[in-house]
Amino acid sequence: MQRAKVLFERSLSALTPFLAVLLALAVGAIMLFALKVDPITAYGALIEGAFGSPFALAQVLVKATPLLLVGLGICIAFRGGVINIGGEGQIIVGALATAAFTLALPQAPAIVLLVGGMLCGMLAGGIWGGIAGALKARFGVNEILTTIMMNAIAAQLANFLLRGPMIDPIEVKNGTMLAQSARLPELSWLPKLVPQTLLHAGAIVAVIMAVVVYILLWRTVLGYRIRAVGLNAEAARFAGIRVPVYQALALLLSGVMAGLAGSVEVLGVSHRMMDGVSGGYGFSGIVAALFGKLHPLGAIPASALFGSLLVGADKMQRAVQVPSALIDALNGLVVLFVVSSDILVRRRAQRRKAAERKS
Amino acid sequence: MTLLPTGRARIDELRMVGITKRFPGVLANDGVDFDVRAGEIHALLGENGAGKSTLMRQLYGLYKPDAGEIRLNGAARRFNSPSDAIHAGIGMIHQHFMLVPALTVAENVALGLASSRGPLLDLDRVSKRIEELGERYHLKVQPDAQVWQLSVGEQQRVEILKALYRGAALLALDEPTAVLTPQEVGEFFKVLRRMAEDGHALIFISHKLHEVIDISHRVTVMRDGKVVATHPTAGSTRERLAGEMVGRPILLEYDKPPVPAAAANEVPRLEVEDLHVRGDRGRDALRGVSLSIRSGEILGIAGVSGNGQRELAEALTGLRRVTRGRVRVNGRDLTHATPQQRIAAGQSAIPEERMKDGVVRDFSVSENLILQDHGHAPYSRAGFLNTRAITRDCAALVKDYSVKTPALETPTKNLSGGNIQKLILARELARKPTLLICAQPTRGVDIGASEYIHQRLLEQRQRGMATLLISEDLDELMALSDRIAVMYEGRLMAVLDRADATPAKLGLLMAGVAA
Ligand SMILES: Nc1ncnc2c1ncn2[C@@H]1O[C@H](COP(=O)(O)OP(=O)(O)O)[C@@H](O)[C@H]1O
Ligand SMILES: [Mg+2]
Repeated sequence: MQRAKVLFERSLSALTPFLAVLLALAVGAIMLFALKVDPITAYGALIEGAFGSPFALAQVLVKATPLLLVGLGICIAFRGGVINIGGEGQIIVGALATAAFTLALPQAPAIVLLVGGMLCGMLAGGIWGGIAGALKARFGVNEILTTIMMNAIAAQLANFLLRGPMIDPIEVKNGTMLAQSARLPELSWLPKLVPQTLLHAGAIVAVIMAVVVYILLWRTVLGYRIRAVGLNAEAARFAGIRVPVYQALALLLSGVMAGLAGSVEVLGVSHRMMDGVSGGYGFSGIVAALFGKLHPLGAIPASALFGSLLVGADKMQRAVQVPSALIDALNGLVVLFVVSSDILVRRRAQRRKAAERKS
Repeated sequence: MTLLPTGRARIDELRMVGITKRFPGVLANDGVDFDVRAGEIHALLGENGAGKSTLMRQLYGLYKPDAGEIRLNGAARRFNSPSDAIHAGIGMIHQHFMLVPALTVAENVALGLASSRGPLLDLDRVSKRIEELGERYHLKVQPDAQVWQLSVGEQQRVEILKALYRGAALLALDEPTAVLTPQEVGEFFKVLRRMAEDGHALIFISHKLHEVIDISHRVTVMRDGKVVATHPTAGSTRERLAGEMVGRPILLEYDKPPVPAAAANEVPRLEVEDLHVRGDRGRDALRGVSLSIRSGEILGIAGVSGNGQRELAEALTGLRRVTRGRVRVNGRDLTHATPQQRIAAGQSAIPEERMKDGVVRDFSVSENLILQDHGHAPYSRAGFLNTRAITRDCAALVKDYSVKTPALETPTKNLSGGNIQKLILARELARKPTLLICAQPTRGVDIGASEYIHQRLLEQRQRGMATLLISEDLDELMALSDRIAVMYEGRLMAVLDRADATPAKLGLLMAGVAA
């Protein structure tokens, strides 16, 4: 009896993200109904769109790549007991730095461009996250506020650079003045994994990083301290661990991962820096991380799943001709349901523990 | 039929016979016989998990016994719910109070009772009755005060008033003193004695030996769900009771060689001069504390909690800023040192709140054992943790300090309080500290584990470690300390040699009365 109950609770907690997605889709079905669209057709298009062809699958993985990278950063932040809402800004500055680096060295060999480009992106993202971290450590400023504000600053910075110093000379010549950089040198493009598709080597980079983050969190002194600080700041302080320093480092590393997502996007997908490069990954990466139970390896399947949802919904929108706002709403619903189900599960666990302690 | 002054019939005898209660995996009560008579205070003594609460819950109708019988004045009775028990004149004070904070005392007392005047509560009458009862049993509370405004001690009085108001002739008190200060315990015992004199039957649950000896007429000792002994309290010693509780002989007084005379040029391990520290509310919590501890010496700090002991420990571990004064460890000025600097200087600490400051609940046993030392060899090299060295040394520590855990990977929160404290002790003492700041080392810990912890502290004293021992447990202070200082309102009232420190003297000093 007792054991069955424990088992039930466990599997419930593992399944909740999936149940939450199903629930979100059910609510979405009601909205589709209201728009006089047959939900079965629509969701059929969604599944078809995500898994129906090798191209679709490749597309899913392309989307999953930045999700995974941002999600890994979110894992680090959450484990350190801090919250990073600044993924968007960190992606943007990462992408900017990568583009600037490769455009500045058009003649360099591929390895220099790729490695240097990604390092620049990580550095820029790290600085962006690190600023929020330093403000928290030094002045106790809430990191949720600062990371959000840093998003706005990054967006404005991109705006300025892409319309000014970094604008594509061709845009100036043609007079179209689109806010985008020149195309990056072809040598700096991440190689394709499957010809004729968009799938690029960034996916491999992301999976390697998942393993790296796993090792960082569980096999290094730095990761140990980040986890100690996140789980019990008081005990960590008592044991002589400088809590603010490790909270700041968690935010910094979180920014590094998001910055790398920006690099991978410009090097692998857009091949130039332009508006909208962050594509909302800064936020949906949080969901991917929660989906993966804040475990770096769990984030791998989680981001693939969430990526398929993004791709499928996009196809669905075109197939059944619903307003694109509906897709945003659907994604929003998924985020809402996944996050709140996570909170629900935690509360339940807490209450159960409290009840056990009392008896 | 004899009536109590409250107007209720007395319960001349309650007898529980062969009570057996099984929970999944645990035999919580195993053929328990227990009885209590009118006018008697019968103590129920046992370690955590011995089955005391379970026995009382069956008496109160919260659980149904698997086997056995409850007889009230000779007649078998069956209580299916607390209201059955209340009707029979049984009251129970739980360790966690069951009061509604937003209601007044009178409203709480009247809660759940049918009013004598139809649907409307007659609170005036309730208030009057509360005052009468309060007068008789020294249970002073304002009937119109709201419960959230009351101290813990006052809330407990309300619980007792509630039971008396409902006509309890027998009262079971489950660890009632756990939440009280020593002063409040004294007051509380007056209440119990008065109720017993009036003919109430009282069951007093505790695991504190001196309280049981102080207050009870008879004592029943439980261990692992069984009754191991029932006898009159008079003439039984703390050693005997402790031995019955644990099932093996227990030492409560330790032989310890005296501290060797000071060498001419000896530097004290800890020197504190005129220490001032602010409390959480901004007022001075320490107002000029000076003390010094030598190698191989244990200085005990006695005092009612809230007189600056916590702040003293925090200041000495680098968690609270010193506003004035000086702290030297082994001659080095560490007044404003960080926790890590103090650890590096050879200082260890056992925090008062072990779950908050002592361990990371969700960390494994081995992760908690390396909480300070993970940053250097052999536990890490070049920033990477050395799992093999960690496992090897942690396994040895767990064995050395008899930490009972299924595995090194077990989350620490799954361990019992005593074992968590042993884990902290292992971590802090393994470093061979020269100075230990130790707060409430055995609070909430089983007697067996307490004895073990004490032995380990004395062993380190032999080795030359200096110990600042902050404790609210006078027995512990007297058993371990070489000198005892008494703290009152942020100052040391006096520092007594152990030989001069009698409980009476300490009690006066703790109340702020200078000797
Ligand atoms: N409701 C319950 N469900 C399962 N086990 C319980 C329950 N209540 C108590 N136990 C177990 O029964 C044993 C006795 O507990 P308890 O009566 O609370 O001990 P005590 O009050 O003497 O500390 C313990 O092992 C405890 O874990
Ligand atoms: Mg109990």
